[in-house]
Amino acid sequence: MTGLVLNEEQQMLKDTARRFFSERAPVSQLRRLRDERDATGFSRDLWRAMADMGLVGTLIDEAYGGTGFGHVGMGLVVEEAGRNLSASPLLSTAVLGASLVQYAGTDSHKQSLLPAIADGSRLTALAVDERPRHAPRQIETRAQATGDGFILSGRKINVIDGHVADTLIVAARSAGAPGDADGLSLLLVDREAPGVTVERTFMVDSRNAAIVTFDGVQVPDDAVLGLPGQGREPLQRALDIGNAHLAAELLGIALEAFERTVKYLQERKQFGVTIGSFQGLQHRAAHLFSELELVKSVVLKALQALDEGDDRAPELVSLAKAKACEVAELATNEGVQMHGGMGMTDEFDIGLFLKRARPVQQLFGDYRYHADRYAGLRGY
Amino acid sequence: MADLETFRRETRAWLEANCPQSMRSPVMGDDDQCWGGRNWTFKSEDQRVWLERMAEKGWTAPDWPKEYGGGGLSKEEHKILREEMARIKARPPLASFGVWMIGPAILKFGSEKLKKQHLPPIVRGEIRWCQGYSEPGAGSDLAGLQTRAEDRGDHFIVNGQKIWTSYADKADWMFCLVRTNPDVKKQLGISLVLFDMTTPGVTTRPIKLISGSSPFCETFLENVRVEKDQVVGEIDQGWTIAKYLLTHEREMIGGMGRTAAGQKTLAEMAVDALGLENGRLADGMLRSEVARWDLDARAFELTAERVLDEAKAGQGVGNTSAMLKYYGTELNKRRQELLIAMHGSDALVWEGEAWREGALAKQWLRSKGNSIEGGTSEIQLNVIARNILGLR
Repeated sequence: MTGLVLNEEQQMLKDTARRFFSERAPVSQLRRLRDERDATGFSRDLWRAMADMGLVGTLIDEAYGGTGFGHVGMGLVVEEAGRNLSASPLLSTAVLGASLVQYAGTDSHKQSLLPAIADGSRLTALAVDERPRHAPRQIETRAQATGDGFILSGRKINVIDGHVADTLIVAARSAGAPGDADGLSLLLVDREAPGVTVERTFMVDSRNAAIVTFDGVQVPDDAVLGLPGQGREPLQRALDIGNAHLAAELLGIALEAFERTVKYLQERKQFGVTIGSFQGLQHRAAHLFSELELVKSVVLKALQALDEGDDRAPELVSLAKAKACEVAELATNEGVQMHGGMGMTDEFDIGLFLKRARPVQQLFGDYRYHADRYAGLRGY
Repeated sequence: MADLETFRRETRAWLEANCPQSMRSPVMGDDDQCWGGRNWTFKSEDQRVWLERMAEKGWTAPDWPKEYGGGGLSKEEHKILREEMARIKARPPLASFGVWMIGPAILKFGSEKLKKQHLPPIVRGEIRWCQGYSEPGAGSDLAGLQTRAEDRGDHFIVNGQKIWTSYADKADWMFCLVRTNPDVKKQLGISLVLFDMTTPGVTTRPIKLISGSSPFCETFLENVRVEKDQVVGEIDQGWTIAKYLLTHEREMIGGMGRTAAGQKTLAEMAVDALGLENGRLADGMLRSEVARWDLDARAFELTAERVLDEAKAGQGVGNTSAMLKYYGTELNKRRQELLIAMHGSDALVWEGEAWREGALAKQWLRSKGNSIEGGTSEIQLNVIARNILGLR
């Protein structure tokens, strides 16, 4: 069994990713995209560069143009992107799209989608949620069988990168009623297809999400990922993968916010001394340090569990996401508080970490959702 | 590698042949362990045999050099021994502050004479040790200790008072921090000395805690003669050794947040106490709190594992013992509070067989000391802030 450490290759990938994001996509890039109200919401040049470096294909098998480096590797890339608040379709396309197509897709889906995802030419978005709090069982969007395909109708919200994705992966109900665990189908839908309306939503983190409405959209049989009506299992697996990487991003966000805050405590002077000399702040920083150590462990464990096909992956992912949500919330709140008045200004970056953390926490379930799920999986 | 496989095979066979059946069960509390010492009465013949056989091989201190009675095992062999013992649930043959604390310190800092004199009896479980660190006026500020050792040429005369000396009333020897130089910075005038508890002038008195009787004692030292060759390391250089031992102690106490093998988990105990409704704990608020604790405890266990793995791989920042001690003890206190809450008034009964003589209440109260002994939580946070985060 793998120990809870990075091997040499993984360590190298982490170093490469760290250099890459801090040089090519630092926090100042997100600021610029925000201030210019950029229509895409990320830099296409950056995405191409990420594809050229092989980062986009980290989860894709070599046979389809990826590197097959696995979840631990991708988690390190995502963590470093998190540290720099780097905007890109990493989650929507390279994590969710790539792993869903690879897991549930037919040969022809893989041939047509995976190489194009790996080389950066195609973007995907996963459309799951219909309510402001994650509740995958409550899906109402209908996929009505027609004999040779489906008619899709419904409304999805918080679709990350939905406004730029070429291909939407839509979780819809082909049987049963909202609240039923079963009866879901996963459909591949062209964003340009007749009946699809996309409305970009401007979020607090200046990143991309969309409301996508489907009004009688025709979807052919061969656009179903996996078996019709059997979408629950691949969807749940994709959500686990997504949540493990969201936890990795939260770790990056929290670590960077923490390190910037500690630096501020070492430099900022009041009453003639650095504020880091005050025990009231020292103890809070030391507590946060301890919590962050816990998050490092659970994130690595969850990613390893996914790579190893460990049966306990679902509970380990919920553990990781819950703990990462809790600690990222603490780290960003403490970050702003310990920066004092400066922390409230738009000029200082610390507030941007706070604003990014919350949407990442909410996406696919926050602390409460995953603590509840963990307890359920543990039999209570 | 082939050698290690042979070692594993031989170890397995030896343990199978030599570990008595009754020694293959989890230890139930301090009273159930074998502490050894001059006045020790074995709880069973099996307990005596198990200690004797393990001591014979030096496996009461597996990684100590053979010349001092130890097992002389490499790190890898030691790990195999632990794994093979765990496989048959063999309990440790000896619980010993000698093996855990003063032995390693003598090995690292002590003279040849001290090693020859003290290590073999520790391995054999013949001498039981206690630790004389804290004083009524020196708790968190340990370096402020006032017990004086006056230089009388070839020996010291020691006067002062120690507190929180675990099992002082049962121990044969004490390792004790004393002030040998009052005229220098407080950390620079401390020595670590060893003396026999039967030396004239040594008296002990047990301390009763909020949880009832306890192993802790007060120890009074009145004109106690300590030979100079019983100083570990250099005179006035005892603080370095003290810090080394404190790190050791922290790591031991920090392990307490973890659920021991065979013990019911907190969640399982909650299910027993509260029952399930539609697969969920019947009390919604308690369910949330148990889940919160459960997540933290699992994350903490994984962190202890990661720290070990990183140390083995030569990675990691080190310096994590303060964090583990802080978090582990706070977790255990939270666990005890939840146990009280889920068992309600049943947990608060102090006497009576049906309530195991107040076991729940007593362990809950005792846990309050976890974040005080071995350096308070606040001291651990100071250490993290200063040494790791560079806040000063």
